[in-house]
Amino acid sequence: MEDDQYTSDSGSELSEYWIDTFLGIKGHEYFCDIDIEYITDKFNLTGLNEQVERISQVIDYIIDETDVSQLTDELREIYDSNARVLYGLVHARFILTPRGLQRMMEKYKKADFGYCARVHCQLQHLLPVGLSDICGVCSVKLYCPRCEDLYNPKSSRHAMIDGAFFGTSFPAMFFQQYPHLQPSHPTERYVPKMFGFKIHEYAKLARWQEQQRRSLQKRLADRGLETINTANGYVYPEDDDDEGDEEMEEQS
Amino acid sequence: MSDVSSELETWISNYCSLYGHDYFVEVSQEFIEDDFNLTGLSSIVPFYREALDMILDFEPETSIAVSDMALVQHSAELLFGLIHQRFILTKMGLQMMASKFEQKVFGVCPRYLCDGMHLLPVGTQDVPGLETVRLFCPCCADIYLPNSSRYLNIDGAFFGTTFPGMFMDKYPEVVNQAKLRGKQQFQLKLFGFKVNESSQVGPRMKWLRQVPKNEQERRDYEECAYAIKND
Repeated sequence: MEDDQYTSDSGSELSEYWIDTFLGIKGHEYFCDIDIEYITDKFNLTGLNEQVERISQVIDYIIDETDVSQLTDELREIYDSNARVLYGLVHARFILTPRGLQRMMEKYKKADFGYCARVHCQLQHLLPVGLSDICGVCSVKLYCPRCEDLYNPKSSRHAMIDGAFFGTSFPAMFFQQYPHLQPSHPTERYVPKMFGFKIHEYAKLARWQEQQRRSLQKRLADRGLETINTANGYVYPEDDDDEGDEEMEEQS
Repeated sequence: MSDVSSELETWISNYCSLYGHDYFVEVSQEFIEDDFNLTGLSSIVPFYREALDMILDFEPETSIAVSDMALVQHSAELLFGLIHQRFILTKMGLQMMASKFEQKVFGVCPRYLCDGMHLLPVGTQDVPGLETVRLFCPCCADIYLPNSSRYLNIDGAFFGTTFPGMFMDKYPEVVNQAKLRGKQQFQLKLFGFKVNESSQVGPRMKWLRQVPKNEQERRDYEECAYAIKND
């Protein structure tokens, strides 16, 4: 269905740019607009000719320098699918540059990549990430900077997009560039309860994990890094300070 | 059960088949008819008698004023939810919830490393009107918001805080299944390198999904049985 939409558009109206059409396809909301200058600079495409055939024709196709009416339907289809892969792979590189990071930052602020479903993350905005930089290995995943964990996209449309089109380095690079956007982390967590009593097995693990956190905080404090209520630090719940081990626990 | 109305469906099965109500199981008539199971609910639910009659499809003893009809309907939903909270902790209720769990009615965990673990509904409060339903993942022992907004107006108290714990107690194979999924952790990398923890933007949440791996960690873990060891 999406292909039909695309081909009919480019076939009839040459005024429509390929990139705009590509970005307009449903499910492509995660992609940002790459500068034409970036795509046409051969240096940025180093090594991609191994992954995409007839790379220079495909570039021309992306930047609308190809006379589409001259192409057979078959050829156009090949160009089109190659163009999508090339755009994706260039995208993975582009979003690591300052201009690309800037565009992705705007999308991040608008929550174009969705929200973290974890209750304690309080609708933290997500960032896309790949698990491999090689095409066709794994689909795109979403990284939550608050719980620093990985989530599947909510919609199956997004679950079909290749993770290599965003790359494994993007979220880390993003926060290197914008450290002030790093959210603080809640220390609150969920422990399953029965009739008001925490279940022992889970409470025990939670206590051990808290111990791990405290020793990390101690290590960081020794190196002069403040972690309480700072950027990329921890937020403590206001009322009880998590020392509530007086609470009785049920051995299950 | 003398006065089954002319409707083909009972109030309960109709309510449970409404759009967005697929988390509910049909509470058995016998469970509701046993007054012992309803202890204390009459003081929480307004129009208690009328609401109970409505749930059980009895003709009301005194006819309900048209102006009160909406209130009674609302009370009936509240009462049903609170009975539901109790019912799903019984053997029969757990069984019915188990078949929903098997069929992925409550969805799968959005966390990638939980690898599609099925979820269980949970409330963060047992008192109605405070928070909507949340979903518990037995694999990461964390709670999530439902995938679809259609579940965001369902009260969490209708499932209660105890349900997942009770469920895992009754079905230990669910816990085993969760354990089999491994306890891998995600580590963010930049060009293949981990970011050091002493960096300003270094990792801070590793503890959240951490499990003891080496000898020292296991010893520390055992010492955390009743309180956090302070060093």
